Amino acid sequence: MDFVNAIILLLNYIFVPALAYGSQLALGAIFVTLIYGILRFANFATGDMMSFGTMVTILFTWYFQSLGISLGFLPTALLAIPFAIIFMASYMLLIDKFVFKYYRVNKSPPVQLAMVSIGVMFVTQAVVRIIIGPSDRRFFDGEKFLIKAGEFKEMTGLNEGLAIKSTQVITIIVTMILVSVLFWFLNKTRTGKSMRAYSDNEDLALLSGIDPKKIVMITWIIAGILATIGGALYGLDKSFKPFTYFNNMLPIFAAAIVGGIGNPFGAFLGGYVIAFSEILLTYAYKKFFMYVLPESMEPEGLVQLLSTDYKFAVSFSILVIVLLYRPSGIFKGKIL
Amino acid sequence: MAFFEGNNMTGGYGKGPDIINSCSVNVERGEIVSILGPNGAGKSTAMKAMLGLLNLKSGSVIIDGKNISHLSPQDRVKEGISFVPQNKNVFAGMTVKENLEMGAFLVDNDFKIIIEEIYNLFPVLKEKKDQLVGELSGGQRQQVALGRALMIKPSVLMLDEPTAGVSPIVMDELFDHIVKVKKTNVAILMVEQNAKQALNISDRGYVLVTGENRYSGTGKELLNDPRVRSSFLGG
Amino acid sequence: MRKNLNVIAAYCIMMGLIILVGIFQSWNIALSIFNLCLISAVMTMGANIQWGYAGLINFGIMGYTALGGLAAVLISVDPVQEAWSKGGFDILMSLFLIIIMVFVVRYILKKYKKSKIRTYSIASIIILGIIIIRFTAEPGIEAIEAVNPAKTGFLGGLGLPIIFSWIVGALFAGVLAFIIGKVALGLRADYLAIATLLISEIVIAIIKHEDWLTRGVKNVIGLKRPAPYEVNLQQTDWFINLVEKFNLSKLNLISDLSERQAALNQFVIEGSSVFVKLCYSGLFLVIVITLLILTQKALYSPWGRMMRAIRDNEEAANAMGKNVVKQHLLIFVLGSAIVGIAGAMLVTQDGLFTPGSYRPMRYTFLIWVMVIVGGSGNNFGAILGGFVVWFLWIEAAPIGLYLVNLTTAGLDNSHFLKVHLIESVPYFRFLMMGIGLLLIMRYRPKGILPEKIEIK
Repeated sequence: MDFVNAIILLLNYIFVPALAYGSQLALGAIFVTLIYGILRFANFATGDMMSFGTMVTILFTWYFQSLGISLGFLPTALLAIPFAIIFMASYMLLIDKFVFKYYRVNKSPPVQLAMVSIGVMFVTQAVVRIIIGPSDRRFFDGEKFLIKAGEFKEMTGLNEGLAIKSTQVITIIVTMILVSVLFWFLNKTRTGKSMRAYSDNEDLALLSGIDPKKIVMITWIIAGILATIGGALYGLDKSFKPFTYFNNMLPIFAAAIVGGIGNPFGAFLGGYVIAFSEILLTYAYKKFFMYVLPESMEPEGLVQLLSTDYKFAVSFSILVIVLLYRPSGIFKGKIL
Repeated sequence: MAFFEGNNMTGGYGKGPDIINSCSVNVERGEIVSILGPNGAGKSTAMKAMLGLLNLKSGSVIIDGKNISHLSPQDRVKEGISFVPQNKNVFAGMTVKENLEMGAFLVDNDFKIIIEEIYNLFPVLKEKKDQLVGELSGGQRQQVALGRALMIKPSVLMLDEPTAGVSPIVMDELFDHIVKVKKTNVAILMVEQNAKQALNISDRGYVLVTGENRYSGTGKELLNDPRVRSSFLGG
Repeated sequence: MRKNLNVIAAYCIMMGLIILVGIFQSWNIALSIFNLCLISAVMTMGANIQWGYAGLINFGIMGYTALGGLAAVLISVDPVQEAWSKGGFDILMSLFLIIIMVFVVRYILKKYKKSKIRTYSIASIIILGIIIIRFTAEPGIEAIEAVNPAKTGFLGGLGLPIIFSWIVGALFAGVLAFIIGKVALGLRADYLAIATLLISEIVIAIIKHEDWLTRGVKNVIGLKRPAPYEVNLQQTDWFINLVEKFNLSKLNLISDLSERQAALNQFVIEGSSVFVKLCYSGLFLVIVITLLILTQKALYSPWGRMMRAIRDNEEAANAMGKNVVKQHLLIFVLGSAIVGIAGAMLVTQDGLFTPGSYRPMRYTFLIWVMVIVGGSGNNFGAILGGFVVWFLWIEAAPIGLYLVNLTTAGLDNSHFLKVHLIESVPYFRFLMMGIGLLLIMRYRPKGILPEKIEIK
C-alpha cells in the first residue's frame, strides 16, 4: 500500500505537472525552432509574441463572457483561441512585412535579424502592457478539477490524493492534437515537405521552384498558431502576466536547443526534458522516502537536490552542458 | 540555331569584374557538351549565367528559339532547364523519395510515374527510397541529385562538376548514368575537372580560358588536339 | 574634420537636452539622469569593445552588472563578526573543498587523454563534490542566516572604502567572463547570445538565493558613500555659505529675516542633493574619460587593428598566425570587466544592492539598444548611445503623457480610453525603445555615429 501511495505522490507532484508544463514549453520550442529553421534567426521576441497571443485570447474570452457565451464545463478561452489565432497570424505577417522582410531580402546575417527581433520584443511588450496592463490575470472559467484530491482519496482509500486539474488535461490533449497535425503537415503534405526542403537547403529549394514567399507566410501562420495556443494554455493553467511570459522565453530556448535547433520533433521532446528535469531536481522527496523506506531509515532533511529557487537555473545548466558537448542537440533525426 | 544557347555572354557577380567575356556555348537535345578549362577560367560562371544566377552585361540566352535572358532562375526552371550544383545539391535531411518529390515541385500532374522512371534509371534509389540522403554514399547522393533534377522532365540538364570528390570507379558509373540520361533526348551541359573522361563521353566540348572561348570541337577532336592535350589534359 | 563635427554636434545637443531638463524640471532630475547616463556609457563601452571591436555577442551584461554590485557590498559593508564566528569556518572549509575539487579536475584533464571514462569520472567528482560541499556548508549557512536576520544574516564584507569595489567588481566580472569565455566562446554567434543570456540568469539566481553571501532579496541598504551625506552637508558652514553666495540675488529680494532663513534652508536642502550628485558626476566622469582614452588608444593600436582584422575575417586572421581564440577570450574578459565596474558604480551611487531588480530588459537588452543606436565600433558612438537611450528611457513617460494628452485632447478627462492610456504611460518607454531600435537598424544600421574607417 505504501508503495502505491508513493507512486501516486510522484504522479501528483511530479508527473502530471511536468507533463503539462512540458507541453506548454514544447509548443513554444517548436515555434522557436520553426523560425530558426526556416527564417534562420533566433527570435528573442518569442515570449512576448506568446504573451500577445494570450492577450488577444483573453480579450476575446472577456467579450464572449460579456455576451453570455460559454462552453459549459470547458473554459471559454478554448472558444476564443481560434479568433485569437486569426488576429495573431495577421500581427505576425504584419511584423514580417514591415520589419523582418527587409533584412531577409537583403540577406542580412542572422545576428542582425536577432537584433531586430529584440526591437520587436520591445514593441510587442509595450503593446501588450499598454492594452492589458502588466498585472497578473486569470481568465479560466468552467470546471476546475477533473479529479479532486479528496475525491480520489475516498475513491481509492489511499492516503495520497491525486488531483488533476482540467487545464492540465486540456493542455496535454490540445498539445498532442496540435503536434500530431503539425508533424503530419510537415511530413506528409507537399507544402509541409517544401518547408522542410527550404529549411534544409534554401538554394536548391529555390532551384526546384519552391516559392519562398509562400513558405515564409505559412511559417508565420503556423508560428502564430503555436504562439497563441502555447501561450493561452500556459495562461489557463497558471495565470497570465506579461513579465512571466518574457521570462518563459528562456526555458523555451533551452528546450529548442536541447532538442537540436531546427528539429521540431527534438524541440517537442526538449520541452519535456526541461520540464521534467526542473521538477525532478527541485522536488523534495522526503515524503516519498517515508513511504518506500522502512521507518528506521526515514530521512531527516527534505531530500531536495536543489532549492526551488534554482528551478530556472536547472534548465539553463542543462542547456549549457548540451551546448558544450552536443551543440546539435541530444536528439538525432530529421531536421525540419 | 542550337536548342539551347548562350551567345556572347559577358558578366560577373554583383558589381565585381567581368568573369566571362563574350563567351558562347550551345547544346542540342540528345547531346552532351562539356565545358573545360583551367581553374578560374569561368566555366561554372558561364553555366550559372545561362541559368540566370548572375546578371549579364551583354549577350543573350536562348532556349528553343525563345530569348530567356531576362528571366529569373526560377522562371528558367519552368522553361525546362534543370541545374545540379556542385555542392549541396541534395536535401540531406530528407529521404530519397522526398528529394525526388521536391524536384517535381513544379510538376502539376501526378509525379509518381516520373518517380518510377527515375527509379528505372537509377535502380539503387528505389532500394533506398526511404533512407535519409545524408546517410548515403557520395555516388548515391550524386544519383539523387541527378534524379531530383530530372523530375521536371527537363529539356536541358546542367551539371556543375558532377564527379567532384568521388572515386574513379564511382566516376565511371556516374558518367554511364549521364549517358543514359542523354539517351532520353535531354540536352546535357556539364562543367568538368576530369577533362579526359568527360571528353570521352561528350559529343562536343568547349575550352574556356580567362572567360573566353579558346578551343571548341567534338570530343574526339579536342582529345586529339595537341594544344589542348598539352595544356589541359596533361600530355 | 566633418566627421568630428558630427560628434561634437551630437554631444552638444545631448548636453543641451540635459540642461533643458535642469531648467524646466529640476537640476536634481537632470543630474540623476546625467549620472546614470555616465554609468550607462561605461556599460556600453564594455559591450562595444566586445561587439564593435570583436563581433562577440554578450547578452550576459546583467550578470556582470550584478557581480559588480555584489563587489560593492563585499568591499564596503563591515564584516559581521558574529556570523563569521558562527558559520565562517564551514564556509571557509567549503571554499577550500571547491578549490581542491577544481584542482583535482584540472589534474585529471591534464594527466589523462580524452575518453569516456575521463568524462564520467570528472562528472562524478563534480557531483560528489557538490554533495559533500553542501553537507559541509549547510550548518554554517543556517547559522549565518540566523544571525539577526532582520539586519544582517550574512557574512558582511571587508569594511573598506566602497571605491575599491570598482576595481574588485571588474575583477569579479572578469573572472566570470573568463570561465564563460573558456566554455562558450566557440559557439556560433546566436548560440553565444542565448548561452550568455541564460548564464547571466543563473548568476542572478545565485545572487538572489545565496543569502549568507548577498542577503539575497532582503537587499543590502545603507552602503557607505564616497561622497558626503546630504544631512552632514546641510550642517556644514562652508556649504551653507556657498549656497548663500549662489542664491544671493534671490535671497536679497526677501526682506523678512525669518522668511529669508526658511528660503535659505530650502536652498540648502536642494543644493545639498545637487552637490552630492555633482560629486558622483565628477567621480563617474573621471572613470568615463579614463576608459575612453584607454579604449581609443587600444582601438588605434596594432592590437586594435588586429582585433578588427579578426572581426572582419576570422579565417584570414587565423591563417596569418593570429590566435583568434585567445584574443576573443581576452576581449571578452576586458569588456565584461568594464561592465563590472559599471555595476559597482551603480550600486555605489544608489547606496543599496537589490538583487531582485536585475532584469534582462533593463540590464541587458537596453544596453544593447544603446550600443546599436550609438554606433557599434565607435567609442564616442557607444557613449552617446548610452546618453541618448537613457535620456529617452527616463523622459519617455513625460513625453508619452504629453502625446497622450495631445491626441486625446478632444476626449473627456474621465473617458475610459484616456484614463487607460494615461495609466499606461510608463510603458511608452518600451514602445519608444523598440521603434527607435527598429528605425535605426533599418535606416542607419551603423548607428548615430558610425565606425570610422580611417585610411592612413
